[in-house]
Amino acid sequence: MSIVELERSGAARSRLRIIDCDIHPAMTSWTEVHPYLAKQWIDHLSVYGSHLRHAFSEALSHPRMSPDAARVDAYPEEGGPPGSSLELMRTQHLDPNGVETGMLIPLRWNPGSQRNLDFGVALTQAMNTWQVERWVKNEPRLRASVLIAQEDTGASVAEIDARAGDPNFTQILVLPKTDEPFGRRRYWPIFEAAVRSNLPIAIHVGGTNGHPSTGGGWASYYMEEHNTVAETMQAILTSLVFEGVFERFPQLRVVIMEGGLGWIPSLTARMDKHWSRLRSEVPHLKRPPSEYIREQVWFTTQPMEEPGTAAQLIDLFDRIGWDRLLFSTDYPHWDFDDPRYAFRANLSEAQRDQLLYGNAQAFYGLP
Amino acid sequence: MADGEMANAKAPGRYAGAIDCDLHPAVPGMNVLLPYLDEYWREMVSVRALDRLNLALTSYPQNAPLSCRPDWKLADGEKPGASLQAMQEHVLDRYQQRFGILNCLYGAQVMHSEDMAAVFCRATNDWIRDEWLSRDPRLRASIVIAAHSTEHAVAEIERRADDMRFVQVLMLVSGEVTLGRRQLWPIYRLAEKHGLPVGIHAGSAYRYAPTAVGWPSYFVEDYVSQSAAFENQLQSMISEGVFAKFPGLKVVAIESGLTWLSGFAWRADKTWKGVRAEVPWVTRAPSEIVREHVRFTVQPIDATDEAAAILRLIDHLRSDELFLFSTDYPHWQFDGDAALPDGLSASLLRKIVSDNALATYPRLVKADRAMEIAV
Repeated sequence: MSIVELERSGAARSRLRIIDCDIHPAMTSWTEVHPYLAKQWIDHLSVYGSHLRHAFSEALSHPRMSPDAARVDAYPEEGGPPGSSLELMRTQHLDPNGVETGMLIPLRWNPGSQRNLDFGVALTQAMNTWQVERWVKNEPRLRASVLIAQEDTGASVAEIDARAGDPNFTQILVLPKTDEPFGRRRYWPIFEAAVRSNLPIAIHVGGTNGHPSTGGGWASYYMEEHNTVAETMQAILTSLVFEGVFERFPQLRVVIMEGGLGWIPSLTARMDKHWSRLRSEVPHLKRPPSEYIREQVWFTTQPMEEPGTAAQLIDLFDRIGWDRLLFSTDYPHWDFDDPRYAFRANLSEAQRDQLLYGNAQAFYGLP
Repeated sequence: MADGEMANAKAPGRYAGAIDCDLHPAVPGMNVLLPYLDEYWREMVSVRALDRLNLALTSYPQNAPLSCRPDWKLADGEKPGASLQAMQEHVLDRYQQRFGILNCLYGAQVMHSEDMAAVFCRATNDWIRDEWLSRDPRLRASIVIAAHSTEHAVAEIERRADDMRFVQVLMLVSGEVTLGRRQLWPIYRLAEKHGLPVGIHAGSAYRYAPTAVGWPSYFVEDYVSQSAAFENQLQSMISEGVFAKFPGLKVVAIESGLTWLSGFAWRADKTWKGVRAEVPWVTRAPSEIVREHVRFTVQPIDATDEAAAILRLIDHLRSDELFLFSTDYPHWQFDGDAALPDGLSASLLRKIVSDNALATYPRLVKADRAMEIAV
């Protein structure tokens, strides 16, 4: 049994505890959200479909290397896509991996990227209710995320306010491919609402905004595209820092999900270096960028970096800050990080517990 | 290192024999290019008043602190980098440099009209030859091309190939298409054939937003995002198979920053292991490809603990051959003579200061022949 393999000699414990900060629930069928949508939008979707800023109305621009970007063993026997069966999620992941709390990150339909803003807003409302009714109410280990259609700031604020105080929700969820860099002023009411609601903002890889995946054109291959998500996260973080979001909202907490870890110390140092030369352009920043990041930004761990040596991995964690790392698996996607093998270094029991459980417990204020 | 050595470490003589791989000569104005234009284009300049256009790049705002070190500014508001005499005094003579490679950043390479871009790139290269290369035997230059016009770019490289003082082909990191795309391969084929590394310099033609999330508000964001642009374009060149197709090709990332390399290599290697079936021509880990084919000019050292950062990179990338000395003149990346930090061993210093560049640029040492051709 997997739990046995997790135990370390001399420090045996009865059970390993994990908070998984990145689980992707799926719908068996689109009709699952019909009860939460006005007829207008059910009709709209069947007539006009999802209307995004890329070439395919339903498919991703860069086909993945496995169907649904999923683990091949994650397809429910009863049919439906990976992540659509609560029973399989329990038996395959939550139970054997000791997941005490799992954060739901629904990605389907890209509500925040819909060109029809009203449709996007309706989708977020429906999918938020769907998370509670379909998942959290049936599985108390799971928590929902408040999806917002960030391009409609007013509607986003209204949705955050509507869910504030509901213990089923632990955070606000935004996908990084926003129309403009997320630190721009037009989004500030969202940050204000997040602080008011005491909800962190999770930024999880995904979305479409019509901008090429690089500043010099489109990636051709999935291998390239998959790596551009790290640079996209860099751009988001850079924007939040230099626009002064952290300076203006010192209570705001942001968690960057699935963006990788290797770039964090270097980008932080790079920002400090160039800020010291160009700070006259951004007088609203009162402190070096690294200080805002160290205090207000967290990161989920999957996909775990695999440096050449264990010492390099430890050094990376040292430089990011051990207390900023939240464990995640990305279940049921192909690049799932198994808690038994994800960290290729000898961690102490305390370090392992901090990464797998303690940091997320503190971050989300879980009991 | 002993205290005495530490004290001397930043003396200018420390760089004696250096090969400065990133010097920026400035085109003072379009008028200097007029002698190199044919009748039609001279008329166009006149009719359209092109010579009144300031073609300084958005990537380097002329008066931004980064664009010129305060003590390297020229008198009378002359453009930073426009004076050969000043460049000699500030870096070439001061550091007793053996060679300096000119990377001219000027509007020619980003003009939308392929014809106009090609004509002004050609004129820029002619001007560099006459006003810089022919006036200081230590100088070498990159061939300025408009990369979005493959046909013209190839013609320009062919035009310069016999002049050994042109040692590199110059492109901006963010252009019209990702740099691995097949339409650019004739450029790489020719570069490989003539022993010309492809120098990829920070900066954008601004055909698209500089980031995948749109247009940042501030210049400092644009500049910070350059390292991400290099990550993207190296990934493109590796994925498309540029280095598999052109095994002799060298790429020099210029003014890219350095510290992002660790995270890039780890992620690129891990992703390749997972999805390499998509790109069967990529038969080696991306970090190996980088080690063999890609070099980096050292300034800016984008860390606050500069020596530790360089040593960490050497540990992570398992190579001390990646970094090439540069001052990035006249950009303001360092003060005084601290082009390299203290705390590097003498042997590493020699590699960075000259040996690595000699191994990267095969045409550098064909200096005598280059002089003969020039005369």
